[in-house]
Amino acid sequence: MAEFAVVGSSAPRLDGLEKATGRAVYVDDMTRPGLLHGAVLRSAYAHARIVAIDTAAALALPGVHCVLTGEDFPHRYGAFVQDEVALARDRVRYVGEPVAVLAAETPALARQAAALIAVDYEELPAVMTPEEALAPDAPLVHADFAGYARRVAVPLPPNVCAATTISEGDVDAAFAGCDVVVEGTYRTQAQVHCYLEPCGALAEADAAGKVTIWSSCQSVFRVQATVAEILGLPMARIRAVAAKVGGAFGGKSDVTVQPLAAALALRTRRPVRLVLTRDDDFMMMRTRHPATVWMKTGAMADGRLVARAARLTLDGGAYAEDSSAVLGFALLIARGPYRIEHVRMEGRVAYTNRLRAAGFRGYGNPQVTFAGECQIDEIAARLGRDPLDLRLQNAVRAGDDWVGGQRIEACGLVDCLERLRAALPPAAPGRGIGVACVAHISGILSTSAIVRVLEDGTVTLSTGAVDLGEGADTVLAQICAETLGLPLDRINYAVPDTDGSPYNWSTGGSRVTYMVGRAVTAAAGQARDRLFGHAAEMLECAAGDLELRPGGRVGIAGVPGPEITFRDISARAHWAVGGPIIGSASVMFEGGGFDPKRSAVTGNGIGKLGAFVFGAQAAEVEVDAVTGRIAVSRLWAAHDVGRAINPTAVAGQIAGGVAQGLGYALYEDLRFDGPNPANPTLMDYKVPGATEMPEIIPIIVEHPEPSGPFGAKGIGEPPLVPVAPAIANAVAALHGVRLRTLPLTPERVLAALDEA
Amino acid sequence: MIDDRQDLLLQVNGARRRVSAEGSDTLLTVLRDQLGLTGAKRGCNQGVCGSCTVEVDGWPVRGCLSLAAACEGHEIVTIEGTGRDPVMAVLQRQFVVRGAVQCGFCTPGMLISARRLLQDQPRPDAEAVQAALSGNICRCTGYRKIIDAVLAAAEELAQ
Repeated sequence: MAEFAVVGSSAPRLDGLEKATGRAVYVDDMTRPGLLHGAVLRSAYAHARIVAIDTAAALALPGVHCVLTGEDFPHRYGAFVQDEVALARDRVRYVGEPVAVLAAETPALARQAAALIAVDYEELPAVMTPEEALAPDAPLVHADFAGYARRVAVPLPPNVCAATTISEGDVDAAFAGCDVVVEGTYRTQAQVHCYLEPCGALAEADAAGKVTIWSSCQSVFRVQATVAEILGLPMARIRAVAAKVGGAFGGKSDVTVQPLAAALALRTRRPVRLVLTRDDDFMMMRTRHPATVWMKTGAMADGRLVARAARLTLDGGAYAEDSSAVLGFALLIARGPYRIEHVRMEGRVAYTNRLRAAGFRGYGNPQVTFAGECQIDEIAARLGRDPLDLRLQNAVRAGDDWVGGQRIEACGLVDCLERLRAALPPAAPGRGIGVACVAHISGILSTSAIVRVLEDGTVTLSTGAVDLGEGADTVLAQICAETLGLPLDRINYAVPDTDGSPYNWSTGGSRVTYMVGRAVTAAAGQARDRLFGHAAEMLECAAGDLELRPGGRVGIAGVPGPEITFRDISARAHWAVGGPIIGSASVMFEGGGFDPKRSAVTGNGIGKLGAFVFGAQAAEVEVDAVTGRIAVSRLWAAHDVGRAINPTAVAGQIAGGVAQGLGYALYEDLRFDGPNPANPTLMDYKVPGATEMPEIIPIIVEHPEPSGPFGAKGIGEPPLVPVAPAIANAVAALHGVRLRTLPLTPERVLAALDEA
Repeated sequence: MIDDRQDLLLQVNGARRRVSAEGSDTLLTVLRDQLGLTGAKRGCNQGVCGSCTVEVDGWPVRGCLSLAAACEGHEIVTIEGTGRDPVMAVLQRQFVVRGAVQCGFCTPGMLISARRLLQDQPRPDAEAVQAALSGNICRCTGYRKIIDAVLAAAEELAQ
């Protein structure tokens, strides 16, 4: 018999049919009476002074209601560095930066009007790479940097928006004693989120000046707080509501166009919908941080890994956004899931005149894990060891500490590697197999949940957690249903809405199942206790003697007879005794951080992160020696999720993450031609298609996390991370060439083969 | 802007619909903005992503690349118009049950492409499914569950 009734079952996603019939409503599908349409004018320069903006011709067009420029947005914002403005003011810092926004009667008219806005620019020298930005006497991306408020206020060199070091032990001495040391520089590219739904928002102001913003976002609470900050309004005047979200992957974590739509709605007193074109989205929004990673790893002859050092330079683009945290997390995770005692990780983020880099599924982890997991194989090759064996020998186990001192409470890494080994086919000619591991976190900050028992005994669950497509709403409803002994169809998952939902930080950091799940478990548990309180009075027994029975009933444990339904209890609560039954809970991730007795840390931008999660993957590849094309035929992905609340959803996260990892490994790359993105279309920026997908074999490992809901922890990000190094390691196993630059294009493969 | 608005009579989901469109208006724009049929999505408006896929005379086409005026006299079917089709019903159910739907933005277009495949080729293999869906981008699922769902639908329909 199953341990649980609802948890562990692959319940179809709650909104599946709505989406499959085309009835699901994304923001571009919404309308309001009197709706106006927004359009944005983008900068054509990577770096320029705005001398003047002439909006007269645009405003003169009949049907154009309002044009806003940087002057209309005086407040700076930014989570770590207050360097951002909703529209460029005085300066533009990248090609594509929004310079003006307007509202008009039709989308076509809005675009036509935008083209009539005349901007007088004085072009300034630009820095397009970290090398250029960090060179002596380089032009400054932010000349006013010294005046910006910063959360981590350490001194920084010019054009650097974050710098961090983390070290433990004595790395130099440890390297001196190593039998094998490998060292190399790895380069990774700008991957674009390419959520299929471009960013958009619909805003409407009421007569009292309160603005409601429906949008495609990862957190209605981030939208509320940031729009309030940008517009200089109290949060109580901003209501943010989630529309269906057509993918996000980190790219909709911070605000996108919500502040612009809100300002237009306030100014025009009409509802305004602003949905970016794909072209706008590519040019204005965000990418993963391109990285240069120098890394050195040392081991003893017996295979013990003892030391690792890394120097990381990230390209942050024109605005800092989350760069401090991405850098800090990359450095924390760069050791890899191995018992390496001596580490020194240093990094910095350079400002450049490119679109901003931001959080993207993996959050700095894919860059450092590409370097780190390649180096494990390089060491294995030097020692003549099987790469998987070497990983097993050094793998962290439950009870070990991470860098900083946080205890690893549960760890299925060894199990992942063993399961992987059992699944792998014997060696075949012409086919290479490469392995790579991943460690990540699942957690971050605070969240809350409210469980309300309705008059008929069914339940409304409110969490404020936005489902981006991964199925968080279904998983949270399953957790709620399981805790209350209800079938899933008795749970209504409320649309996240800052007016009604309890606070949730965001859908990101692989955190919703683990963090929000904890809040749901506690809130549903409180509701259950209150149901029991009523039932004890109704059945004239002690609450401690009661048990839940399937289908929303309460009875006396061990006594088959009398039962009371949730409906009867809730009717009593609503109409006679005590008032409505509501359970609520708030949680914060409070573990982790850095123990100053063991770690020397400077400039840290990260806080207490979460529970550790682990995985291991293997890729089977063939390489066409004539074209240099890598074909991945099979990919095994073993991931420890603590407990799979919904195995189909877990497998979906694994396959989806692997697909994005495959794109990152093999072809996704936003290139620049001078100051301009060279391939900002889905035609030229290649994302994986159905015919490019290898067979993906998900292997779900369950080592329950003691603090997790039913033992569960996150799976959102990890599957993307090890794909690229697994493929690079497979190519190395097959041809003996070490590729250190992503993506692994045919040109790079051929060049490496030629050199070998 | 040149105003070349004209009245069009379109046959959409089995009904005659009168719309007023610019010469440059695409079928997707007319379906979404004038007829309120928002199941077909605007993912790229460049003819690449396939999320705007609808049927014209039984063939999956890009709504964003088709001019509305050129669709007069042709039979247009959107995801909203497939409710009575047993093939689509099975596909939709299999998509939902097998986890082929994540964010859902590509789903209507995927389903239109998949339905045409099953009409032409009732028992496709995985490769044929991949080829049939090669014009529809999905950024969430890694395609495997979509392919599985189409194969499972084919099997169910064959029984």
